[in-house]
Amino acid sequence: MPMLTDTVEAPTGAASRVRPTVLKKREHTVEIVSDSGEGAQRCGQIFGAVSAKMGNGVWTVEIIPAEIQPPARIPEGASGYRIRVGTGPVTNWGDATNLALAFNEQVLLARHRLNALADDAILLVEDKWATHEDADIRAAWVAAMEELSTRHYRIIPVPMEVECLRLVDNPRKGKNMFALGMLARIYGRDTDRIKDQIAFTFRKKSEDVYKTNVELFERGFAWAEHNVDVRIDVAPQQSADALVVMNGNEAIALGAIASGMDLCAMYPITPATSVSHLLSEVFEKFGGIVHQAEDEIAACGVAIGASYAGKVAFTVTSGPGLALKTEFLGAAIMTEIPLVLVDVQRGGPSTGLPTKVEQSDLWAALYASPGDAPHIVIAPATIEECFHVMVTARRLAETFRTVVMVLSDANLATGMTPFKRPAPDAAWQAAPLDLSAVPEGTKAYQWDAQTGLSRRILPGQANGMYTLTTLSHDEGSKVAYSSGVHQRSSAARSRKLAVLQSLLSPPPVYGEASGDLLVVGWGSTKGAIEEAVDRLRADGLKVSSLHLRFLSPMEPGLKPIFQKFKKVVTVELNYSDEVGDPYVTDENRRRGQLAWLLRASTLVDVDCWTRVPGEPLRPGSIVDAIKDRMPKGGAK
Amino acid sequence: MTITCGLLPVLEPEEQDHSYEMSDYEGARARWCPGCGDHSILAAVQKLLAAEQLPPERTMFVSGIGCSSRFPHYLKTYGFHGIHGRALPVATGIKLNRPDLDIFVVMGDGDCTSIGAGHWIHALRYNLDIVVMLLDNGIYGLTKNQTSPTTPQGHPSNTQPHGSWLPSLNPLSTALGVTNASFVAQTAEWVPAHLYATLRAARRHKGLSFVRILQRCPVYSSAVYMKAVQDPNRIALLVHDDGVVVPELEKVYKNVVAHDPHDLAAARRVADNMDHVHLGVLFADPSRPRYEDLRRVAPRTAEERLTLLEAELDRYAV
Repeated sequence: MPMLTDTVEAPTGAASRVRPTVLKKREHTVEIVSDSGEGAQRCGQIFGAVSAKMGNGVWTVEIIPAEIQPPARIPEGASGYRIRVGTGPVTNWGDATNLALAFNEQVLLARHRLNALADDAILLVEDKWATHEDADIRAAWVAAMEELSTRHYRIIPVPMEVECLRLVDNPRKGKNMFALGMLARIYGRDTDRIKDQIAFTFRKKSEDVYKTNVELFERGFAWAEHNVDVRIDVAPQQSADALVVMNGNEAIALGAIASGMDLCAMYPITPATSVSHLLSEVFEKFGGIVHQAEDEIAACGVAIGASYAGKVAFTVTSGPGLALKTEFLGAAIMTEIPLVLVDVQRGGPSTGLPTKVEQSDLWAALYASPGDAPHIVIAPATIEECFHVMVTARRLAETFRTVVMVLSDANLATGMTPFKRPAPDAAWQAAPLDLSAVPEGTKAYQWDAQTGLSRRILPGQANGMYTLTTLSHDEGSKVAYSSGVHQRSSAARSRKLAVLQSLLSPPPVYGEASGDLLVVGWGSTKGAIEEAVDRLRADGLKVSSLHLRFLSPMEPGLKPIFQKFKKVVTVELNYSDEVGDPYVTDENRRRGQLAWLLRASTLVDVDCWTRVPGEPLRPGSIVDAIKDRMPKGGAK
Repeated sequence: MTITCGLLPVLEPEEQDHSYEMSDYEGARARWCPGCGDHSILAAVQKLLAAEQLPPERTMFVSGIGCSSRFPHYLKTYGFHGIHGRALPVATGIKLNRPDLDIFVVMGDGDCTSIGAGHWIHALRYNLDIVVMLLDNGIYGLTKNQTSPTTPQGHPSNTQPHGSWLPSLNPLSTALGVTNASFVAQTAEWVPAHLYATLRAARRHKGLSFVRILQRCPVYSSAVYMKAVQDPNRIALLVHDDGVVVPELEKVYKNVVAHDPHDLAAARRVADNMDHVHLGVLFADPSRPRYEDLRRVAPRTAEERLTLLEAELDRYAV
């Protein structure tokens, strides 16, 4: 997003004690960070939601420690929320924070050490630690300030606790509303909308709780009015379209409802679980249920049983859960039972980084079963697509009688952004099922010789009785004892993917259709990649990008597109060896997961730039990496 | 292929204009070994299906992997021959989506008490209205003679050639230890009248009916039930009007114990009592909550869902 129009303006008619400087910005990134349990996330969520409702572009990111209650005042315990606000649409979390509000200097230090803060960032920090009775804490404050002084930050001490104590006995509960008040003043947020949002947030609490929180909010607002000399003005822009604002897991949950599915079988796992939280709250009134199974395997089995017997069901999990479900996935593919599986990816392998984003499950998703188990894998690229992908997934699963895996990730799952309000259609809920009478002698798998497709027979249908088996079987679902059956049935299951691919269009290229370098991405990195491409093109580089939604089968026409560029580079959030690393050669180099696939399917020498930072990719990092990889003689 | 628009309607049963014979339920010819106890169980089940006049198209047999799990292939109903140890989650999903179907689950001892033990415990607690048969021959047969959790201590196998190291797992006391278990019975395939009567009681119970069926494997574990087969005095029949009563058997089996299946403490004592092999209903309580009833929700039309969804989206409106 260009920042060409950023200007500094003198305030007009300010009645405050300090004469604030008003910074007009096209976009600004703010974060609030605290010890776990102090409510920074709630503060950030309200700020983000209200900004979106005012008409700003918004992208939010959660800052989550690994533990539920880590010790206080340690950098690793930093918990918070980062909100990038723009005048126009915001498609990713950006590069660095411009204004941070911290409840103690240690969590601020954590953000500093992660290079999360812009060099000229404004830092508001609770200052009670500077004069704390514990000498160690005072010393820690001094040391932190010294470390922070290595950059050009502007630090503004804030007596948050002192101010809150004027209203409440326990400032630990409520400091976040004071902080929200400060941010609302600095960013000129609509206070009525904020109060509405506070009311919604505390809807299950008493009226007194609401009142106290509003008082704290107003006190923070007034304090900033009189004591903070800077205002950030990111003008909202009214959209012509009706918008909604939500995170990716909420979008998946509502998309599942829109798709007509009515059973979600799951087992708790971060960062997937919140899909089921929303569904558990609302699904029953839609005629659906969330079944919390005894384990990941059972969750998959229940979804498969339900899908076999009627309308397709879905299960939602993350990496370790995907690993556990693999045997059942093979079973569903072998027996051609439709199933939707959502994998909200996190860092791996194994338990990995439970709360952090990664795109490392692509191979696991594609090859999730021993044996040849062809199935469909699709990846939404935006939070909006998280909604619609569920409708697509259910339809594909039932049409092609197979497993559809949806690869979301922690960035989409917990990030929040406004998008065009979906217009659900009753037809999305239709069952693509033939419920007409089954003619006598109908076989369980009457594979069409061309397409491999066959009619699915449901229990309850007379004349349809057959025993489904996970053993290799023929058209009649009879166990395959004779040679040739396995070849024929494998072909039928595989052919379905070719049929699906024949129905897809080549993906559009973002930017010019030819040039020096083409960036290829998949999943949640789309916003950051396209922002990077914009910046690179603004710098005169002939860079374009392409984003894949279908990973199995892949979208058609990739090779001709690739051939119009001197170089093709994937950008992914997974691990790859760097050329030049010890022992790493072009022969043994382990490449990004998408890069492997593209090389195999196109025979184009696709390079990659991938990272596993435990956070979304920053557009600025992509810009630097691509500049580094520009083909020789291609760069201007 | 016609495509319906609208929610999947529950398939309405057709008017039944004829009665079903045993032969109406016959599937492929059973391929178990000669002398395998599974043949007898298949015959009892076919007899039960005919006696209860269950429409074949609305009856489902769900199994895992193992000798006994071939069961559904030999019946002409709907069948789901799935993966090892996982019959119960599949049956749970089917029942949740289709409470209109009659569901029988067939598992072996490896299936149920070893690889699928977690599902077994939880299925007992869910207490869906299904019949669960454990065909317990105390050995892994299909994979050729390995020790299972129910293999008697000291019984040799290919994996424990000096005899099973551990005391065998007791499926009855395990089942009776699970909160909300509602029906636990034991029978034996070599006592067909008792087997039939027990399966009928299980089928008529409202809730998950867990039936352990002692089953001989003539190839790998013929010794396991030898004494009980040869000596009727090793058997004790549990009788009660709310359990199973087969008067003609009392001529052969002299140990007859009046046992009230409503008494859980007594059921647990019987399960732990190794003096005899007890056949009958150890415990039955049809009043225990059933998961499919607890989770039943009113179905919605597509239009109703749309209206509700718009209201839900309003909560997120900018």
